[in-house]
Order: sequence, then C-alpha cells, then structure tokens
Amino acid sequence: MSAIETRNLTKHFRDVAAIDDVSLDFAAGRVHGLLGRNGAGKTTLMKLLTGQIFATSGEMRVLGENPVENAEVLSKTCFIQESQKYPDGFRPLDVLRIAEGLYPAWDQGLARELVADFRLPEKRAIKKLSRGQLSAVGIIIGLASRAPLTFFDEPYLGLDAVARRLFFDRLLADFSEHPRTVILSTHHIDEVSNLLEHVVLLDEGRVAISAEAEELQSAAIEVSGRLDEVTAFIAGADVLRVQEIGALATATVHAEPGSADRARAAGLQVAPVSLQNYIVHRTTAAAAAPVT
Amino acid sequence: MLDETKPLYIAVAEQIEDGILNGTHPEDGPVPSTNELAAFLRINPATAGKGLNLLADAGVLVKRRGVGMFVAVGATAMLRQRRRDDFARDYLAPLLREAAHLGIDHREITEMMEALQ
Repeated sequence: MSAIETRNLTKHFRDVAAIDDVSLDFAAGRVHGLLGRNGAGKTTLMKLLTGQIFATSGEMRVLGENPVENAEVLSKTCFIQESQKYPDGFRPLDVLRIAEGLYPAWDQGLARELVADFRLPEKRAIKKLSRGQLSAVGIIIGLASRAPLTFFDEPYLGLDAVARRLFFDRLLADFSEHPRTVILSTHHIDEVSNLLEHVVLLDEGRVAISAEAEELQSAAIEVSGRLDEVTAFIAGADVLRVQEIGALATATVHAEPGSADRARAAGLQVAPVSLQNYIVHRTTAAAAAPVT
Repeated sequence: MLDETKPLYIAVAEQIEDGILNGTHPEDGPVPSTNELAAFLRINPATAGKGLNLLADAGVLVKRRGVGMFVAVGATAMLRQRRRDDFARDYLAPLLREAAHLGIDHREITEMMEALQ
C-alpha cells in the first residue's frame, strides 16, 4: 500500500518549475530517503504533500486522500521543517504542549525522555536556542507525535555527532516498535544509509532515481589497478567516473551481475561504492558541482 | 562491523552464521530478534529481518511461532561444510593470485604457513 502517490505533480514558481512532472510512490511502513542537492525541490515536494502550498498541476494522494485542507489527513501527518518558525516568546515547553494536543498518537513519556536525552533547555525562549537545540525541538516532535506519516526535512542541522547518533538510534528504535512511514530528507547520506529502505533522488525538480536502497548500494563498483587493465575492463561498461594517477587508474562503473568477479579475475581491486558516493556520481553526471 | 562489500542483509546473515560457528548462538538456542539485531547493528529492521529469513529459508534457523527464531539442530555442521566448500574460492584463489604477483612459489607458501603455526 502506498502512503503517498503523486502523478505528474508540478509546481511552478513564476517561470521556474520547482517540481516538474513528478510521479512517485512511497510505500507505507517504510523509511524513505528524499535526497538531492539544495534547490532540487525536496522541500517544495514536502510542502505540496502536506498541503502547505498548492500544486500547479498533477495529482497526489496522501494516506489515500487529497491532503489539501484535509484535517483528517493532516492530523496523521507530521512535517518537521528545517526552517520552522515559532510565535514570539514561545519556549520549547509551549511548543511541545501544543504538539501534544495536535497529534492523537502523541507519546508524552517518549517526549520527556527525548528532552532529557537532547538536554533541551525547555524554559529558554525559542529564539535564544542554538541551531542544534532548534533541530532537537523538531526531532522530539517528529518522534513523539508517532504520526503515521512523518517528514523530516534536514533534521541534522546544527546537531553535534552525539546528538546525530541519538536521533538515528531513537528513530530506529521507535520505528521498530511503532512502524510508520518516514520520509527523511538529508545531506548526511552516509549517516542514514543503513536506515533507508527506498531512495528518491530529485534533480532540478525531476525524479532522477526512485529505487530500493539495497539496489543502489550495489548499483556501482569501484575498480582500480594498472591503467591499461582498468581501461580494458571498463571498455563497454557504463562508466560513471575515471581517475588516472600516472600508470594507475580508478574507475566507478555501473555493476552488472558478475562484474565484480570479472574485475577481480582481471587482477583489479574492487571496492563497493557507498550510497552517498553513488548519489554524488549520479548527481554530478547531470550537474558540474559536487553534492552537499 | 558488517562487511560492506556485500548487500547488507547478506552481511547480517553471515554475522549470525559466524555466531553459530563460534558457539555464540548454540544449536537449539535463540538468536536475536529482528528489532534487537536492527538496534545493535544500527540498520533498518526490514534489512535485519531479511537476513534472518535468508537463514530460515536455508534451514539454518527455525521459526517458533510467537517466540522467535532458533538455531536449527545440525546447523553448525551444515554451515561448516558450506564454508569449507567456499574456502578455496574465497581464500586460496586470492592468496595464490597475490603470491604469483610477488613471485612466491608453492614451496615458499608452505614454508610460510609452517612458520606461522
């Protein structure tokens, strides 16, 4: 069953197509990665799916219904925004109290634990919080709301390594006990790659990839060895990148069944290509600068 | 912790196999649940479950409804035989290839192995 379906979804801002003919399915009960460079359209897509902005054309179904002005769907949806604004004078305490009333499945015990884990100063004015503490407020709401559909838009912003790990572990543990649909948008691909089951890569408003994370993790291999041997091996292969260093070379190629074994038999070193590197390769193939 | 050159669920399965072979998970004893494994290895529970199911399909683990997965009786012998079958391909072939690169002949390899023991 799909938690989200879009068909030819398009959003124009004046003459710019921020979301351009996007048809996607996000299966229910899984953790999805929504990846792409800054400006690729990730946040715009999430805003469309949560009814915050209106599509120019196309269709979407969120939890089986049109999300626009649909209180039923929105009460089951939690969208943690990167640049969430709070009313003046609000403290984390106030925000959490409001969230508790907003989400039917809210777990107050979990919220209390997370406030302690993240050492969130609950009584400090929101505008005095650090960027990391602000991110922690979002993470606590996103986890404790237990919403059937939860969006995290760059939840890691400003978090230190300890807090990032805390978020990962808490999300994993809570997702295991209370399965739900999670859409995770982040540039920290390496940190979350073992958590993702399905990955969508947006590039300039279009879907560049929509695939199982497992397929992408073995989609490419890196072979290295003597330049002539590498050159011979990659002839006819789908090459993503070649780097030569004197008489040596390293090449990243799309893997086909048995290609790692053939490379080893040809005397080449074979290394896996991480999801992050694969995404970078697939993104830079279309654009000039590297991702993140 | 996990072998990154392989699909994650296969690495999960191999880690459980290692535990069975070295006695960490004795025959007829329980193995970690999907969620325990996911939390410990910091991977998605679906991936952990896929690794466990791979072993259940191979007859290494048996499911006991409502209780969890257990190491099948006879699993150790079965795994040892399979690992022996793979030994030449996974260990000896790369060893001989590297030895050839370095000009080490079979007599020297034998001497080196004896020196290590």
